[in-house]
Amino acid sequence: MAVLRFFPPFSPVVSAKIHAVVLFNICDCYVRRPDQADRVIGTLLGSVSDGVVEIKNSYAVPHNESADQVALDVDYHRNMYLSHLKVNPKEVLVGWFSTGFGVSGGSALIHEFYVKELKEAQSSIPPIHLTVDTRFKNGEASIKGYVSSNLSLGDRPLAAQFQEISLDLRMIEAERVGFDILKTTAVDKLPNDLEGMEASMERLYSLLDEIYKYVDDVVEGRVTPNNDIGRFLADTLASVPRMSTAAFDKVFNDKIQDNLALVYLSSLVKTQLGIAEKLNTAAQIL
Amino acid sequence: MANTMGRSFLQAAATSEEVAPPLRVVQIEGLAVLKIIKHCNEFLPSLVTGQLLGLDVGSVLEVTNCFPFPIREEDEEIEADGANYQLEMMRCLREVNVDNNTVGWYQSTLMGSFQTVELIETFMNYQENIRRCVCIVYDPSRSAQGVLALKALKLTDSFMDLYRNNNFTGEKLREKNLSWVDIFEEIPIKVSNSALASAFMTELEPELPVKQCDYDRLKLSTAPYMERNLEFLIDCMEDLSAEQNKFQYYYRNLSRQQAQQQTWLQKRRVENMARKAAGEEPLPEEDPANPIFKPILEPSRVDSYLITNQISNYCNQINGVATQSFNRLYLMKALHED
Repeated sequence: MAVLRFFPPFSPVVSAKIHAVVLFNICDCYVRRPDQADRVIGTLLGSVSDGVVEIKNSYAVPHNESADQVALDVDYHRNMYLSHLKVNPKEVLVGWFSTGFGVSGGSALIHEFYVKELKEAQSSIPPIHLTVDTRFKNGEASIKGYVSSNLSLGDRPLAAQFQEISLDLRMIEAERVGFDILKTTAVDKLPNDLEGMEASMERLYSLLDEIYKYVDDVVEGRVTPNNDIGRFLADTLASVPRMSTAAFDKVFNDKIQDNLALVYLSSLVKTQLGIAEKLNTAAQIL
Repeated sequence: MANTMGRSFLQAAATSEEVAPPLRVVQIEGLAVLKIIKHCNEFLPSLVTGQLLGLDVGSVLEVTNCFPFPIREEDEEIEADGANYQLEMMRCLREVNVDNNTVGWYQSTLMGSFQTVELIETFMNYQENIRRCVCIVYDPSRSAQGVLALKALKLTDSFMDLYRNNNFTGEKLREKNLSWVDIFEEIPIKVSNSALASAFMTELEPELPVKQCDYDRLKLSTAPYMERNLEFLIDCMEDLSAEQNKFQYYYRNLSRQQAQQQTWLQKRRVENMARKAAGEEPLPEEDPANPIFKPILEPSRVDSYLITNQISNYCNQINGVATQSFNRLYLMKALHED
């Protein structure tokens, strides 16, 4: 009796994290694709740790696709890979991406190619296949990541099964600061310190409002109380340091005075600069 | 008459070709911004550079993509590699329809201390080949404080002319009314995104302010950053005073030399009078071979200008951080009162 055997991937990959750069790059490549191409295919670079793959960079690879054949420009892929390695030798091949919904037949072939590439590089993780739906097929943006495993019937390889893995979009802090800029299509100028402060404070304010509303709702019985949230809130409130008013005032005033001293110092320095410059250029030799 | 007021069409067409509109705005795509941030942050604390690609359209310089440069060793052989890498990248990017046009370069900086002579040199190099180029400077340490510290810089034309002629005497500078603020010109940055990218971002990140927490900005401890800023400031002040000493020394030498020249001239004149009385040929009143007539070189002011620029930058940064921390402290106070 033939048994459908399931080969687990060569090392468990549980989830993947994508950096926002990768997404932007893919969108950009899609927008710039040659007219006759339907979708864009490219390589993903990143690093692996503990079964979590972190996708940090990507580049598009030109390819030709017809009804039954897919041809990928391997030399281009290798050249770009070497160039990228020169800049950052830690970013290695982790998979490939394609725009378009779901996994198609041609994808399996391309995936095979990447499996071979990774095996050559002696990596222990299977390649990740990322699909980014740029056409918003279901009316929503869908980004899915897959890992493939080979299904075989007896000894004959039958198909490759693509299993979905969980994805996590993450942004490093600096990107988060500028996040508002990234969302809209055009921003007239970069926000400076004060505006950024204002935005953060507004967010904090609305956060507090939300919590207030929630607590009110719970007290009045409108929302079923969730013990965990309640405990969390209590912990947060308790973590505000309790100092006597006098001690707090002292600390507060000290800090304010430090800051004022610094501002004074910097304006003093600026005046000094003005004088120095006048001296340097205004002096005349008779 | 109307003729004297309007120019003929031919004249207008001819002149519009020569005068390029001044650069007013640098428009960067979100993709390039993210790439720059990522690259600079990855290689902290060393400083990195990369190339900017884009289009030059009227008074807007568009930056659509960028790629990083590998960190170069001091080896000679790697010079050729660096050029090869650049050509390779440009060629590959061309194949995927990315703008192949270099419009400048970006670099990361430490605490805002980027005004160096090398920057000016690089600018001059670029300016020879490209008509309009810009340098984008990203400060990762300041961004950790909660501000997206991205600046676009360009050398002012007047400064470039002076630098090309290597002419930095006090008089020339006074003539052109060039002070230390006129070296670098900061150009406002606009960020644009393709509609697809912004659609994705909006979809993926929820609008709820609850999830958007960027509490880094509200951190109370700014001491380490301020301390480093002040340290750099003090170093710069020392450099500035060293430069000023140089100038003092120069002026003192110059006046001493002039006094010497005067006395020598007097002696010559007395000698000539004696000779005339004796009926001999008067000696010339100038003697170029005499060392006291050797002109003393005036020290270049570029360094002092750069240092001044840096100092003012630090002061601005300190001011900015101080205002932020004032806000935070008052917030804490309000919190405590409750």
